[in-house]
Amino acid sequence: MNDRVVEKLAILADAAKYDVSCASSGSKRKNTNKGLGNTGAGICHSYTEDGRCVSLLKILLTNYCIYDCAFCISRKSNDVKRAAFTVEEVVSLTINFYRRNYIEGLFLSSGIFKNADYTMERMLRIVKKLRLEENFNGYIHLKTIPGASEELITEAGLYADRMSINLELPTEEGLKSLAPEKSHEDVKRELGWVRAKTLEFADERKVIKRAPAFVPAGQSTQIVVGATPETDLDILYTAHTYYQNYALKRVYYSGYIPVNEDSRMPALGSNPPIIRENRLYQSDWLIRFYGFDVKELVTPTFPNLDTAIDPKLSWALRNPHFFPVDVNTAPYEAILRVPGIGLRSAKKIISARRFGKLHSWQLNKLGLAFNRAQYFMRYADSPIQLGEKDPQVIREVILDGQRKNKNNFPSLQLSLF
Amino acid sequence: MYNYLFDGSFEGLLTAVYDYFALRHQQAILQTDATFHTDLFTPTHRVITNEANAERVWEGLQKKVGRSKSYGLFTVYLSEDPIAHRHLFNYIVLVFQKGAEVTFDYRHDDVLQVENFAKKVNRERHRMKAFVRFSSTPTGLYTAVVKPDFNILPLIKDHFQNRYADQPWLIFDVKRHYGLYYDLEKVDTVMPSNPSNHSDINVGELFNDDEYTTYWKTYFKNTNISARKNLKLHRQHVPRRYWKYLPEKADSL
Repeated sequence: MNDRVVEKLAILADAAKYDVSCASSGSKRKNTNKGLGNTGAGICHSYTEDGRCVSLLKILLTNYCIYDCAFCISRKSNDVKRAAFTVEEVVSLTINFYRRNYIEGLFLSSGIFKNADYTMERMLRIVKKLRLEENFNGYIHLKTIPGASEELITEAGLYADRMSINLELPTEEGLKSLAPEKSHEDVKRELGWVRAKTLEFADERKVIKRAPAFVPAGQSTQIVVGATPETDLDILYTAHTYYQNYALKRVYYSGYIPVNEDSRMPALGSNPPIIRENRLYQSDWLIRFYGFDVKELVTPTFPNLDTAIDPKLSWALRNPHFFPVDVNTAPYEAILRVPGIGLRSAKKIISARRFGKLHSWQLNKLGLAFNRAQYFMRYADSPIQLGEKDPQVIREVILDGQRKNKNNFPSLQLSLF
Repeated sequence: MYNYLFDGSFEGLLTAVYDYFALRHQQAILQTDATFHTDLFTPTHRVITNEANAERVWEGLQKKVGRSKSYGLFTVYLSEDPIAHRHLFNYIVLVFQKGAEVTFDYRHDDVLQVENFAKKVNRERHRMKAFVRFSSTPTGLYTAVVKPDFNILPLIKDHFQNRYADQPWLIFDVKRHYGLYYDLEKVDTVMPSNPSNHSDINVGELFNDDEYTTYWKTYFKNTNISARKNLKLHRQHVPRRYWKYLPEKADSL
């Protein structure tokens, strides 16, 4: 055992963990020539005590950095222990962890030392060594370094499964105030290069079937939530724009955990906005999988998501005219909008109702949250109701039910210390 | 109404379906000797497992519902749960009576229960893809010990063979006393000749900590964000019963 490696791992894993991306699916890399590894399974090999998934070896190449971003633990002016891995160390940790089935692959990020290209070039060397010398076909998520050259970034795309670069803060003004050396323009430029190259390769594949894969798991980004005063509307609209313009696979929302003393941001020791972060993810899912438009979830008059109830229920209570939905006749898209009905149960409803009208006892078994859904749907034996229930009343009844059923009460997810 | 007694094998279950139609019985409850209670009023039919008849049912089933759905039904069998087996028997009978369409009729209890058991087994299969932890032993063999809730080794065989094609490995199920062994060419099922004392396979020898175990534990500890501590969620994802076989959790037991 090498104590120096243990120490480096401790420092450089600790510094990398605020990047919350953990996906390892979306790429179908095959194990060629009896080498090592493949991708596509999307496995979470373990979970840390905070309940987050561990699927990749997520480390920084180094936490030395020439930048001084106020929200970052590795900022230049911070008095923290610094370390840097060698190329060989990262390669052998990745390979040996992978062989023991600890991980799906590598997530490599880095502080910026000397300059952007110098850093990016070192990261590229690691990725190339893994792919070309070690015949490693596991998952590789590579952060791109803001300001690196187009040449290096597009070359990396030939070896990485996913690439990402973080917006950090939802608006350019927010970013400029805390990280004057960074800009959303850098992010856009790099996302744009990779996007253009992806389309180019996709075209090529139409002609030559075996054209090489280019960033097969696509691109993602991360937005820090709660460091600066932006609203959920700012965050979701920004995310939406990037989803559209760069065909991002994911936008990650990371509740800000104070790491530095700074009067412009939440004080050290204050709790991260975990519920707010969760509501943003729920909204993101509603937009990507449930057919919601971002404009339905947040509006200038309703710029922040309700933390007490989830965004789907919140939308339903603001749009009583849409309900009740008759599960025996309504289209799939409408059933998906009923609070308490998810993708799976909606599909089961559509499937089962072909054989006869669905009653409450049948719906109860299909896996939907009947207690919640009942206020928004009609079924074969719905009780006859005179007039519609007041949304405010429904909200109170549901919240009351959640309090009684402590398992579902979101605030319990918060730690007491 | 008949009590059907079968030997607990998958072929036995399929033979029971064959018998049900051959004997033109009206209703049957599938049981094994272990779960069977004699009652005076219900006649008993003992199913004698017959490979040819089982094969006929299996082929007929594949023709009706397709290969992937029949494979899903096999996974339900691997739950080793007598109730699942009973639903599975009813389900297969139903498919032959009413056609493949009935597999979408979630109003039907057998259809719904079979689907739910399939989901459970599938979750365990996925978990074991995640929770297998290889030790690197001095002979070059990578070894792992697992104790899954269901008999899922047959379901993860291809995954490990494809992924770890260049290293020999052994995954041993201590609950069921058998393992999968990959020798760089093919995967074989291995069994200790005397399960009670593991004379061929010494489970203790399958664990071997090295520097990478230490590095892994270090990594696991430092990638945690203590400000977000949430042990309830943690245990939901990694239930305690698996900790013994996970180096990063074994010390917490």
